[in-house]
Amino acid sequence: MSGPLIKSTCMDEEDIDRALTRIAHQILEANHGADNLALVGIVTRGDLLAKMLRERIEQIEGVRLPLGKLDISFYRDDFMTHFAPEVLGTDIPFDIDGLTVVLVDDVLYTGRTIRAALDALMDIGRPAAVQLAVLVDRGHRELPIRADFVGKNVPSSSDESVRLFLSSVDGKSAVEILDVDPGGRAGAAPLGSKEEVE
Amino acid sequence: MALMLKNARVVDPQVGLDEVCDVLLRDGRIVEVGHGLAMEKGEEMDLTGKVLTPGLVDMHVHLREPGFEQKEDIASGTRAAAHGGFTAVCAMPNTDPVIDNAVGVEYVRARAEQVGKCRVIVSGACTKGLAGEILAEMGDMCAHGAKAFTDDGRGVQDAGMMRRVMEYASQFDRVVMAHCQDDSLVGEGQVNEGVASTRLGMFGWPAEGEELEIMRDIALCRLTGCPLHIQHITTARGVAMVRAAKAEGLPVTCEVTPHHLFLTEDDIDDTYPTSLKVNPPLRTASDAEALAEGIADGTIDAIVTDHAPHTDWEKDREFELAPFGMIGLETSLSLVLTNLVATGKMSYGRMVELMAVNPRAILREEPVRIEAGSIADLTVFDPEATWTVERAGFCSKAGNSGFIGCELRGRATDVLVGGYATLRDGKIVE
Amino acid sequence: MAFPHKHLIDISEYSADDIMLLMKTAESFKEVNERRIKQVPTLKGATIVNMFNEPSTRTRSSFEIAEKRLSANSLNFGGSSTATVKGESLSDTVETLCSYKIDMIIVRDRHAGVPRKIADLSGVHVIDAGDGKHQHPTQALLDLYSIWEHKGRLEGLNVGIVGDISHSRVCGSLIPALKIMGANVCVVAPPTLLPADVATLGADSATSDLDNVLPDLDAVYMLRVQRERLEGAPFPSLREYNMLFGLTKERDRLMKPDALVCHPGPINRGVELDSFMADHPDRSIILDQVYAGILVRMAALYQLLGGTYDGIDA
Repeated sequence: MSGPLIKSTCMDEEDIDRALTRIAHQILEANHGADNLALVGIVTRGDLLAKMLRERIEQIEGVRLPLGKLDISFYRDDFMTHFAPEVLGTDIPFDIDGLTVVLVDDVLYTGRTIRAALDALMDIGRPAAVQLAVLVDRGHRELPIRADFVGKNVPSSSDESVRLFLSSVDGKSAVEILDVDPGGRAGAAPLGSKEEVE
Repeated sequence: MALMLKNARVVDPQVGLDEVCDVLLRDGRIVEVGHGLAMEKGEEMDLTGKVLTPGLVDMHVHLREPGFEQKEDIASGTRAAAHGGFTAVCAMPNTDPVIDNAVGVEYVRARAEQVGKCRVIVSGACTKGLAGEILAEMGDMCAHGAKAFTDDGRGVQDAGMMRRVMEYASQFDRVVMAHCQDDSLVGEGQVNEGVASTRLGMFGWPAEGEELEIMRDIALCRLTGCPLHIQHITTARGVAMVRAAKAEGLPVTCEVTPHHLFLTEDDIDDTYPTSLKVNPPLRTASDAEALAEGIADGTIDAIVTDHAPHTDWEKDREFELAPFGMIGLETSLSLVLTNLVATGKMSYGRMVELMAVNPRAILREEPVRIEAGSIADLTVFDPEATWTVERAGFCSKAGNSGFIGCELRGRATDVLVGGYATLRDGKIVE
Repeated sequence: MAFPHKHLIDISEYSADDIMLLMKTAESFKEVNERRIKQVPTLKGATIVNMFNEPSTRTRSSFEIAEKRLSANSLNFGGSSTATVKGESLSDTVETLCSYKIDMIIVRDRHAGVPRKIADLSGVHVIDAGDGKHQHPTQALLDLYSIWEHKGRLEGLNVGIVGDISHSRVCGSLIPALKIMGANVCVVAPPTLLPADVATLGADSATSDLDNVLPDLDAVYMLRVQRERLEGAPFPSLREYNMLFGLTKERDRLMKPDALVCHPGPINRGVELDSFMADHPDRSIILDQVYAGILVRMAALYQLLGGTYDGIDA
């Protein structure tokens, strides 16, 4: 199986670092500090980004925010069509009631993942507010959803895939634009289908 | 009215015949057998390439009439028999009402006379209502033409009662045919006890449930002197017991069905095919092998179908709720030709003994020989005809065959009963 | 990349990977079951028929909860109002159900082989919730899950199954499932309650001497003595059964310190299990098994119904 072709690298490791640092500052600025904040990353890359954001916020503010990860498998609107059997699991080890939850994801595309994540959060508790931080916004929204904090806006076409690699799991850190086969699925890979980029 | 059967390979071990020759029939009897026969006036059939034998007899058939005409009746059952190459069948008495008196015997004979496409030999019950408690009027039934006695389908459970049955029957020169099944061992058994029952998670029908009764009935045969015929034998040890009884000189015979010869418990897969639910159940591959040996060495006397028609809706249900039995009249000859004769395991002559000569002898019927003077009950088959068993191809009302989809080689083309054609070129003569 | 099965009927058709995936999926449903709102919208719009042709409280309740927590529409079909009681044939019943445009049938039946028949007739997903004396695959999965959760592994464990092996559909699924996962299985029963061909069950050994094997076992699975199936008395009395095959307090000292006690429920206290064992704080995982039932059934529904409109419903 020939993998998708890498067309270009739109962020390298340093770009990612800088963007995360900036987002960390923006989150603190927008919320007037770290009080009442929590970070929840969407698996499988958003949770890693959330962890990195927590480290930066701790460096800046000296506060270690509650951190959780959210698996949206049970909330997908395409469960009956696009299905990946592996469930990675949700782990939010704190009560989100009354907190401002910053939802973290790697790439914002159609908005459907975020819609699912919002539904999941509402089932889990009643946060005071939910904000959205993404590393890349590639456009093509299908739902009225927008990010509060964006690392980089990357114009892309719908037959491309924008993919985040992180050194802790992928051996390198970068955001790359890949060509997908005509008819193949653009957008976020189903959870657990890592082989699409291997 | 004369009929000349030309150029068939004529097989009859009773008269040492196995050669291509002509057979001339007149007024329901064979008048001449020889080469290059001629006649002044009459019909001639060219049977080149075909085999002609004494008419086949299936001595174990459920025609279901009276009482269960939805499954089969005498008209449809005998059509199926003719279609399968048989000139006679022996009807089992487990109808409703049970054929346990002269009225029942006369009814079946009369219906067969009116609508039958083959001869129907009537067997009567050993005990009233097959209940195993009171002797049936075997003497009266004999006087009205019953040719054998059996409580087929149930068996006589009580040894003392079976002794009485055999002792009483011994005065009539009739065989008692035994359905060997010890209910206390068989219980709700669905499939062979062992691998199949464990694999399928159903109650087992143990070999011993059959063997114990074979052993008992052989002992009672020794005690009473009554001729005993073991029905649908299925196990290796059962065959060994009959072999030993014959060596001892006891008047014991036995029969086997094509499904017990050619199918095993392994064929019952996880789709739970109810067409393979039969009584006794399909046994192991080594049992089937022992049955084939029993045929080869003469221990087994007859091949019968135990033709047991059921409606589609009765069979199309949970395995444990479906009735036992499969039909067989229209596949029996072809299965034997395909699996035993074509493979060289059996000669035509031996087949004729198992499917024509021995059944007549056991049922005390007049022998049919291919020689002048004999009744013209004849079967003709094309050994090369290949065909596929299909539900739609049956003359039987029922379709519960375990062989649907099988490719078979050899098929009856013509059947004559008393000189009259009941099957011509594979079609029933109306 | 979908789950490679359409039905859950015969556990022996599942690979170790398939079973492990179901168990891991089950594990991820724990979080859902511990929320205040114990429901996710995953199966919104799917219609599941619970066709219970035999009385069942536990299994049916467990399936119902699993369905509801996944937001499926479920229909309970069965009980004394069952069509079969009125003389309708199984085929007609199934065809009627299919006319409702359903997605899945969960079937419990007194007769072996019925789930496969329904699968062939209906074309929809089928889960066997117990058929006659044949199989009960979700029970096996919940048993595996419970043991796995406590032991952290299944491979190499010695599991003893004690009781009415010959009438047990639980055994019919549990033994092959344990073997698939690499455990060693020993069945223990009076000879009258062992099946005709023990080897076909796939167990590594069979014995009637419980005390002899007890010291080797990592998990002791006590089957329920099914009083309703004991006509013809395969053993003389419940008292003698308890003496020879019951997990009594006295037998505790024969067991490994960390050996688990499992039971599919409902328990006959004083027959197969003394209260000491049934309620043993360290050994008994009986209530965990009940909870695991919800989890593995949610997992099975999730995996079987996921991606089914993608042309991959093999």
